[in-house]
Amino acid sequence: MYLSHILNFKNLASRASIALFLLFLTFNSFAMQEIEAEKTIIEIEEGHVSHDEKFDPTVTILEHIGDSHGWHLWGHTSIPLPVILFTPNGLDVFSSSRLFDEHHNPAPYNSGKNTYLLAEKHIKILGADGQVSEELSSGVYDFSITKNVAALFISIIVILLIFVSVAGAYKKRVGKAPKGLQSWVEPIIIFVRDDIARPNIGYKFEKFMPLLLTIFFFIWINNLLGLVPIFPGSANVTGNIAVTMVLSAVVLVVVNLNGNKYYWAHIFKPDVPFWLLPIMWIVEIIGVFSKPFALMIRLFANITAGHIIVLSLISLIFIFKTLAMAPVSVAFVLFMYVLELLVAFLQAFIFTMLTALFIGTAVEEHHH
Amino acid sequence: MELVTPSIGLVFWTLVSFLILLMLLKKLAWKPVLAAIHDRERSIEDALNKAELARAEMSRLSTENEALLKEARVERDQILKEAKELKDQIVAEAKNAAQTEGAKLIEKAKIEINNQKIAALDEVKNQVASLSLEIAEKVLRKQFDDKQKQDALVSDLLKDVKLN
Repeated sequence: MYLSHILNFKNLASRASIALFLLFLTFNSFAMQEIEAEKTIIEIEEGHVSHDEKFDPTVTILEHIGDSHGWHLWGHTSIPLPVILFTPNGLDVFSSSRLFDEHHNPAPYNSGKNTYLLAEKHIKILGADGQVSEELSSGVYDFSITKNVAALFISIIVILLIFVSVAGAYKKRVGKAPKGLQSWVEPIIIFVRDDIARPNIGYKFEKFMPLLLTIFFFIWINNLLGLVPIFPGSANVTGNIAVTMVLSAVVLVVVNLNGNKYYWAHIFKPDVPFWLLPIMWIVEIIGVFSKPFALMIRLFANITAGHIIVLSLISLIFIFKTLAMAPVSVAFVLFMYVLELLVAFLQAFIFTMLTALFIGTAVEEHHH
Repeated sequence: MELVTPSIGLVFWTLVSFLILLMLLKKLAWKPVLAAIHDRERSIEDALNKAELARAEMSRLSTENEALLKEARVERDQILKEAKELKDQIVAEAKNAAQTEGAKLIEKAKIEINNQKIAALDEVKNQVASLSLEIAEKVLRKQFDDKQKQDALVSDLLKDVKLN
């Protein structure tokens, strides 16, 4: 009975992954149509202004992988998001739609405290002369719910829904074989426990399981949502350096708070001649920070690179200005998407694995 | 450069939401889930151990049974053998008894036959004697019917006597 269950799970998994691929394929073609339509509209709109403006893939791509105030859905439709600013004149909260005029171009907005203008995706304060004042703008701290923050909240809701319901299933089906969503999640939880936490951390692994599982599923689900080209995906959360920085900062704090005397002794009293100690201190302290720093860069670069490649391949159609390019692009993009699905899992795995490894070196008890 | 510059807002919100997520998941999901998985694994392990024990017990019982069976078989053979011996003994005894009884009967019969034979012979002897006497009487009567013959006889007898 047990075996048949496993087989059933594999069968389900393969079916679901095929379904997922097909889904991405569909979404992808939607996204392409969308971009195409958008471009056509822009071309039509700008047609009477100038015919010379060339399609610049760099701008488009950076726009897509970057953050923004407001969540662009299609054409000229976007979801306005709250803008929260700490300015020298006090807290200012307003809708991001106020930063655009009826033609969806950035326009100055006077909130009563300051006059704001969205310049190069940053909210700047306009001086009395109607020009951007860098001096006043430097005092603006932007805590807006941007597209990435909104996507982050959505992903957190998704994660909570999944795992709270799974936990419910565990409470309801005590001692029974997993079923449904539970049987999807359980092998991964066991994978994190038996293949990531236990071999790297040792017998103290149980204390760090919540952190490792949270990191793993947070990265993985955000990676996957980032691959979905329409709302509520499309945001590049794990490909944003701020997000990866926070994750690796958490790792840095956890690793060093749990470092035992052997860990600190290894840093401050390494087994070298005394005159080498100052150099070793520098090297070791750089090492303490460079490990999480590498985590930050790795995740950010991998996810961003994947998005850039997919967007570049789609941009080929607009660079060559021919629909004949579309099948080639679609074929390559499909390939990239399959690869990205793998990368999404792989990066979550590597991040968690290295976190476990760093924690392992910090809590390891060894005697020199 | 824009790409690798973390914006303070996103850093703040990510930190806040990640920590909240971590706490919520730890409390609502990971603790019960990991405990449940652990318990289930332990119960499966227990069940497997118990199954192993039960199997050992079974094999022990089966060897015991086999031994018992063997013993029973030996005992049965023993009983059968004893029964056979008893039977043989009884049959032999019966045979012996029958033989002696028969011999006795035969002896008795022989004696009886002998007695009967003797009685019969006696009777035959008596018959023969009386018959002989009768015949002799008859012959004598015949002989002495004729006077001449009596004289002849007497002369004959006398002749013999003279010769002597």
